[in-house]
Amino acid sequence: MSDTTTPPTTHPLVDGEVGPGCKKVDPIVVADGVVRQFGGLTAVDVAHVEIPRGMITALIGPNGAGKTTFFNLLTGFDRPNKGSWSFEGQSLAHVPSHKVARRGMVRTFQLTKSLGRLTVLQNMLLGARDQRGEGIFAALLKPLWAKQEQANTERADALLARFKLDAKREDYAASLSGGQRKLLEMARALMSEPSLVMLDEPMAGVNPALTQSLLDHVKGLKAEGMTVLFVEHDMHMVRHISDWVIVMAEGKVVAEGPPETIMQNQAVVDAYLGAHHDTDLGTLTNQQVAQINEAAEEEVPVDPEASATDSETRTGGATRITAADDEEGQR
Amino acid sequence: MDFLSIINSAASEILSPTTAAFALATIGLNIHFGYSGLLNFGQAGFMAIGAYAFAIFTMMVDPTATLGWPVWLSFIAAVLVAIVAAVVFALILGIPTLRLRGDYLAIVTIAAAEIIRFSVRTQDLTAITGGSQGLRGADYKGDFDAMNPLTGTTYGFGPWTATAYDTWVRIVAWSLVIVALVLVWLLMRSPWGRVIKGIREDEDAVRSLGKNVYGYKMQALVLGGVLGAVAGVMFVLPRAVQPDNFATTMTFYIWTALLLGGAATVFGPLLGSVLFWVLLSFTGGVINLLHGMGVFGDMSGSQAGQIRFVLIGIALMVLVIFRPQGILGNKKELSFNV
Repeated sequence: MSDTTTPPTTHPLVDGEVGPGCKKVDPIVVADGVVRQFGGLTAVDVAHVEIPRGMITALIGPNGAGKTTFFNLLTGFDRPNKGSWSFEGQSLAHVPSHKVARRGMVRTFQLTKSLGRLTVLQNMLLGARDQRGEGIFAALLKPLWAKQEQANTERADALLARFKLDAKREDYAASLSGGQRKLLEMARALMSEPSLVMLDEPMAGVNPALTQSLLDHVKGLKAEGMTVLFVEHDMHMVRHISDWVIVMAEGKVVAEGPPETIMQNQAVVDAYLGAHHDTDLGTLTNQQVAQINEAAEEEVPVDPEASATDSETRTGGATRITAADDEEGQR
Repeated sequence: MDFLSIINSAASEILSPTTAAFALATIGLNIHFGYSGLLNFGQAGFMAIGAYAFAIFTMMVDPTATLGWPVWLSFIAAVLVAIVAAVVFALILGIPTLRLRGDYLAIVTIAAAEIIRFSVRTQDLTAITGGSQGLRGADYKGDFDAMNPLTGTTYGFGPWTATAYDTWVRIVAWSLVIVALVLVWLLMRSPWGRVIKGIREDEDAVRSLGKNVYGYKMQALVLGGVLGAVAGVMFVLPRAVQPDNFATTMTFYIWTALLLGGAATVFGPLLGSVLFWVLLSFTGGVINLLHGMGVFGDMSGSQAGQIRFVLIGIALMVLVIFRPQGILGNKKELSFNV
């Protein structure tokens, strides 16, 4: 990767210079100093990150980079040790998850959470917000909510048709295939008319035939003016649909940039393959060997002629073996 | 005891007020477990709360005598006190546990129900709760008896013959069962019921859709608990208040009735309760008959009587293995591995 072209330093989405934690022209989410520790392990330590409005942003990174934990923190499913973050300019710190969702920030889950023993339609209707019939007393009087229910059902049917789930309308969600459940979860999230949709690995476990349709649906969200933030491992998808890519590694944001050039970023290559992936750690230089021998000699005097080559040390006496062991240990 | 009288006493259980009280408690548990997925193993505790609050209020405050209230008003006031007590009990149980995983509620409810039972049994509280002796029925039935519009001596026919007072209890208890069934039916067809069932399936998913899961679980816990308390009142009207009636055995009878009839169905708890009591009476009668014929050898009558509980345990196992959805449950609904 030494022949990398220099990534662009400016971008229409960015206010200033492109880099990890750069300012956006029109951010919808701004997070500052968000830290989450599990005992001694710091899972998330994001100094500053902004999500551009009306765009599809991908959050990528190797396993254990803290992407899903960061998702949970943003949506109120987990609480950070410290930090502040805001959505549409309003602080979301200490806001419970259901209130986060009501403000228009709706998420899906890595392991699909379809409500198995509810029908597909009931799953959809559950997504609609501000339902009068969801109060325990109003629920008893159908005339109070029948009209709203009717309107919601029509909207749900339209969405189901769009996601090609209309034939499954009356089936239990548990009878759907894995990919259909992903579609249902996405459609259900849309029932609440969110302004930011957060998808946690939308492609995980989806068969290739459905992939294209899922990609189109995600692009469709953007066309309707929604902002999308998704976690994904599939680089094909990231390159195809995202406008912006944020890379996390070991809890930190290590790089940001447009999808075309992000994979050429040295920090990204390091994050995925390790910083020393092209350095051979197995060979010791002559200087290192000399240092080791010197250290060994300080402890036990050795006949200088005998320690000239490695093979001789091995076949030598007990003291020479100690020196060789020392060398092995250094490796 | 001949076979006809066994059938007779089994049939009489169909309409007995005890069955009605059980049906009410089971409908409450159905709201908890069947619809909301809350593992409440302390429904007997809710019944005890209701029964004691009702009886103690009637005895100690006695608005009819002290304030000159009409009997119906003081009866309703006593029932309201029982309901309020159940609401408070549900809040105490729910506030610390409903944010945690379901198992915590199970442990807390089973312990809390026992705490209630041991508390009312303590000797120091004998002046109020009657200690281990409980409370005499005559001390709190006055208002209810005075409300009785029936003046004859006996009503009904065949196995369903009862005194005027018993018939009055039956009418009220079964009316309440019908009210509770209508309530559950109305709630569970509404968007509120949809949220509750969603929570049973996956809390986090419902939370991510902007619903206050904690609030809904609390509402369900309170509602089912209130039905349990009303059941407790109906349970003690035909008898005395005995603390040991509200032991964990009672909770497991209610669970058996619920699983037998079918959880998450409107009529399951009713059918389950009726069948449970009919079967308990029937097996008890048959075992008694067989014991009289010397089938059980040296066993004493009370030892042989316990065999029916062994049979009930086996029946419950068979039911859960071969028909986990209960009699009225939807086979399709449980055939998924969720």
